[in-house]
Amino acid sequence: MLAASLLIASFVIFAAVYLAPGNPISALSGGRALPASSIRILEQRYHLNEPFLAQYWYWLGNVLHGNLGISITLRENVSTLISQRVWTTAGLVLYASLLILVFGIGMGIVAGLRPGFLDTSTLVVTAISAAVPAFVAAIVLILVFSVKLGWFPALGNGTDFVSNVQHFTLPAIALAFSALAIVARVTRTSIREESDREHVQTAVSRGIPARQLIRRHILRNAAIPITTISGITIASLIAVAAVVETAFSLNGLGAYLVQAAESKDLAVVQGISLVLVTAFVLVNLLVDVLYALLDPRVTLGSRAQ
Amino acid sequence: MSEPLLAVTGLTVRLEVSGAKRAVLRDVTLSVGAGEALGLVGESGSGKSMTARAIDRLLPRGAEVDGTIRFDGRDVSALSGSDLRRYRNQVAMIFQDPRAHVNPVRRIGDYMTEALQTNLGVPAAEASRRASDMLSQVGIDGGPRRLRQYPHELSGGMLQRVMIAAALLTEPRLLLADEPTTALDVTTQAEVMAILDELRHEYGLAMVFITHDLELAAAICDRTAVMYAGQVVEVRESAQLHDDPLHPYTAALAAARPDITRTAGRLRAIPGRPLSAFEAPPGECAFVPRCGYALDACREGLPEITELDGGLSRCVRARELRGKLGAPANA
Amino acid sequence: MSAGAGATATAAVATPSLRRVRPLTGLRATGIAGMVSAAVIAVATFAAIFGPLLAPYNPNLPNLSLAWVGPVGGHLLGFDFQGRDVFSRLLAGAQSSMLGPLAVVILSMAAGALLAVFAAWRRGAADAVISSGLDILFAFPGILLAVLATAVFGAGLTAAAIALSIAYMPYVARVLRGVALRERTQPYIAALEVQGSSATVICVRHLIPNMLPLIVAQGTIMFGWAMVDLAAISFLGLGVQPPQANWGVMISENQTGILQGYPLPALSAGLCIVAVVIAFNVLGERLFAQAQAAGR
Repeated sequence: MLAASLLIASFVIFAAVYLAPGNPISALSGGRALPASSIRILEQRYHLNEPFLAQYWYWLGNVLHGNLGISITLRENVSTLISQRVWTTAGLVLYASLLILVFGIGMGIVAGLRPGFLDTSTLVVTAISAAVPAFVAAIVLILVFSVKLGWFPALGNGTDFVSNVQHFTLPAIALAFSALAIVARVTRTSIREESDREHVQTAVSRGIPARQLIRRHILRNAAIPITTISGITIASLIAVAAVVETAFSLNGLGAYLVQAAESKDLAVVQGISLVLVTAFVLVNLLVDVLYALLDPRVTLGSRAQ
Repeated sequence: MSEPLLAVTGLTVRLEVSGAKRAVLRDVTLSVGAGEALGLVGESGSGKSMTARAIDRLLPRGAEVDGTIRFDGRDVSALSGSDLRRYRNQVAMIFQDPRAHVNPVRRIGDYMTEALQTNLGVPAAEASRRASDMLSQVGIDGGPRRLRQYPHELSGGMLQRVMIAAALLTEPRLLLADEPTTALDVTTQAEVMAILDELRHEYGLAMVFITHDLELAAAICDRTAVMYAGQVVEVRESAQLHDDPLHPYTAALAAARPDITRTAGRLRAIPGRPLSAFEAPPGECAFVPRCGYALDACREGLPEITELDGGLSRCVRARELRGKLGAPANA
Repeated sequence: MSAGAGATATAAVATPSLRRVRPLTGLRATGIAGMVSAAVIAVATFAAIFGPLLAPYNPNLPNLSLAWVGPVGGHLLGFDFQGRDVFSRLLAGAQSSMLGPLAVVILSMAAGALLAVFAAWRRGAADAVISSGLDILFAFPGILLAVLATAVFGAGLTAAAIALSIAYMPYVARVLRGVALRERTQPYIAALEVQGSSATVICVRHLIPNMLPLIVAQGTIMFGWAMVDLAAISFLGLGVQPPQANWGVMISENQTGILQGYPLPALSAGLCIVAVVIAFNVLGERLFAQAQAAGR
C-alpha cells in the first residue's frame, strides 16, 4: 500500500514538469533562454524525444541510483545540494518531535488523570496554541526571546553542536507549538476513555494499587491512539518545517525548496519533493508498525482510524 | 446463629445523575453465611448490580453511602490501604461481559496472575503454575499455552471461565457473580453454571449470584433475595420460592415464566414497567401500580420488613396473603 | 453496558416519519464560546467583504518617509515597512485572507462529499477503489503539494488553493464516508429504495441533508486549517504576491521590523490570523460535538 503511494507520488512529481504551461524545455529551464547545446543536453538527459512512460522509467531509474538531476540555478547535482541541507531539516524535525512528545504527551497525561484546574487550563492553552501557525509563533518567539531577552540567536544555523542547539531551539519550539495541541488533546481523551473502561474496574476490584493500574491498564492501553496521533503529527512536521526554516533563515531542505519553487528550478523542486514525500510515507509506515506491535488484535496494514 | 460472613444493613446509595442526587438503593438489608449461596434477582434498574458494587466498593465517584456493610465482622467502608487490598482478595467479583472486563492488550497469563503477584507477592513462575492448574479446573486445557494467548483469541464462554478461574486464584471467601452467564448462549450458560456450582462447593465459597432469572437463581442458590426499585422485597429459601412466595412481585415473576409442560392461552406479563429506585414515589410501596393485591394500606408509607417462616417480606399484607400467592391457577 | 445495545437497536427501527431530517440545533446550543467565535467570524467576514471600502487610508500607497512610524493620530497601528497604514492594510487584507480558505473549503468539501457518498452508496468494488485512491492522496501533505503546484504553475493564490483542496479531500472523504455508510444502512433508506426512488434522488433529498450537520462542522474546522496553510504559503512568497494586501504576506514583509524594534505591523497581522483561526476551531469543534450527538 505504501509502496503504491510512493510510486504514484513519484509519478505525480515527475509529471509536474509536463503539467507546466509551455513545453518541458521551458519548464526545466524555468523560462530562461538556453543556448542550443544546453537544449540538446537537456533533451538527452531527460529523454524528451521518447514516449512519456519511457521517460518516467528513465527518471525513476535515475532516482533510485541517487541521480536527481542538476540544478539550473546553481549548476550542481541536486543530490549533493540535498545532502548538504538534509541534516538541518532532520535535526529541526527531530528536535521539534522531542518537544512534542515530552510536552504534548506529558500535558495530556496530567490533564487526563487529574480533572480540575490542570485539565481546564490544558484545554484552554491547547485551544490557543492549535490556532497559532508556525510562522506566527516564529515571529513572536523571535521578538520575545531573541530581541527583547536575548536568550537565543534569531537567525541562521550554528557552527558546532552546542551552537546548533541554540540556533535550533526557537525554530523547534515554533514548529512544535501548534502540533503540541492535538497530541495533548488526543492523549487526554485517550487517558480519560481508558480510565472508564470496564477492565480497569476489574483491576480495581482485585485490589491492584493505583500506580500499577495507571501504568499497566490505562497508559498501556492509551499508548495505542497516542502513538498513532504522535506519529501522524510528526509526519506533518516534515512539510511545515519549510515555513519555519524560511522564517529563521535556516539552511534546510524546506527553505531551499521554497527558493527553488520561486526561481522555477524544477529539478530541485522535484528532488526535494521526492525526499520529503518519502520521509512522510516512511514515518507513516513506522506508525503502522508500532500500532501493530502495540495492539495484539491488529495485523500489519489494517490501521483502523 | 453465628455471625454471617457478609451482613448488609440498611444500605442506601445515592448517585449523581444529570446533576441531581438520585437514590439507587434504599434500605437494603441482606446477609450471606460462610459457604452459603444467595441469589439476588431483579429486573433492570432494581439495584442488584449496584448492591454488588457497593459491597465491593466499586461505586462511582461522588456516591453517597448510608448504612453498613460488614464482612467478617469488620466495617467495609472503613477499610483503606492494605486492609482494603486484603478485603479485595477475599471478596472476588466476576462480571457480565467478559470481553469488556479483560484488558485486550495483555495476555491471559498477565491477567490471571496480576493479583497474585502484586498483592500476595507470589513469584512469577509459581503464579503461572497456579493459574495453569486453575484453568484446567474450569475446563480449559493446555494451560501454559493459554496463558500466552490474548483475550481476542478466546471465545466468550472460555473468557468467562478464565475470569472465574482468575477470581478463584486469590482464594476468596465470597464470590460476587454479576450476571455471569447473561451474555453467553444457552449451552455455554449451562456449562459455566455447572463449573461455578462445582467449584463453589469444592472451595466452600460463599456466593452472591445476581441474575434476572428467578429460576436460575433458585436452582443453584440456597436462598434467594428479590429486589425491586432499589429495595429487597423478599428473601426466602429457594426451595419454597416458587410454591410459597411471600411477596406479590415474586409471585408475579414466577408466574410470568411460561411453563414448558402446559399450554397457556396467553403469556402472563406483569403490567407496567419496572421502576428504578429514584422513580419510585417515596411514601408508599413501589410495586403498588402493578400489584394485583394493592389496598389503601399499601400507600401509607414504605412497607416494613415482615419476618415469616424463616424468610423476609416487604409486603404490608404478607401474613394475610400467605399461601395464596403461589402456584397460579390456569389462565 | 451491553444491555443497552438491545434497547437502542429497537429504538432505531421505530423512526416515525419516512423523511428523517435532523435540523441543525441552533447556534445558541454551542454555548458562549461558540457564539463569541461566531461573532469573530462575522466581523472577519464583514471586513473581507467591505474592507477595502472601509479602510480609512490607502492600503497600497507607499510613503517611505513614514516607514515604521508607530501609532499616531488616526493611525491606530502605525505604519508598515513601506509607510502604509497598517490598520487599513489589515482591513484590505481580510479579503484575500478569507477568500482563499473559502475556496479551498468549498472545493474539497464538494469533491470529498461526492466521493464519500458515491463510495458509501455503491459499496463493494467502487468503494474499495475510491478508498484506495484516497489512501494514496494521504501521502501528500498540503503545503508540499501547494509548493509543488506553485513551482509548476507559478506563484499565486489559485494554484495554492487548488493544491490544498486536493490535499484536504481525503480527510473530508474519510469522515463523511463513515457517516454516509452509517446512514446508508438505515431502514428509512431501504424503504425509499423499495418505493422506487432513484439513487440520486435519495442521496440528494435524504442522505445528504441528514449528513448536513457533520458537513457544516467539518467545513468549519477545515476553514481554520486552510487559513493557516494558505497564510503560510503567502508568507513563503508563493501565494498571494506583494504588494497585494494579505495577512500572511504582511507578516513576511514586516518580519525585519521585529528584529529592528518595530514589531507592531507583523504582530497585528499575526493576531488577526490567530483570532480568526481560533474562532473557526472553537466553533467547528462545538458543531462537531452537536453533529455527533444528533447522530445517535
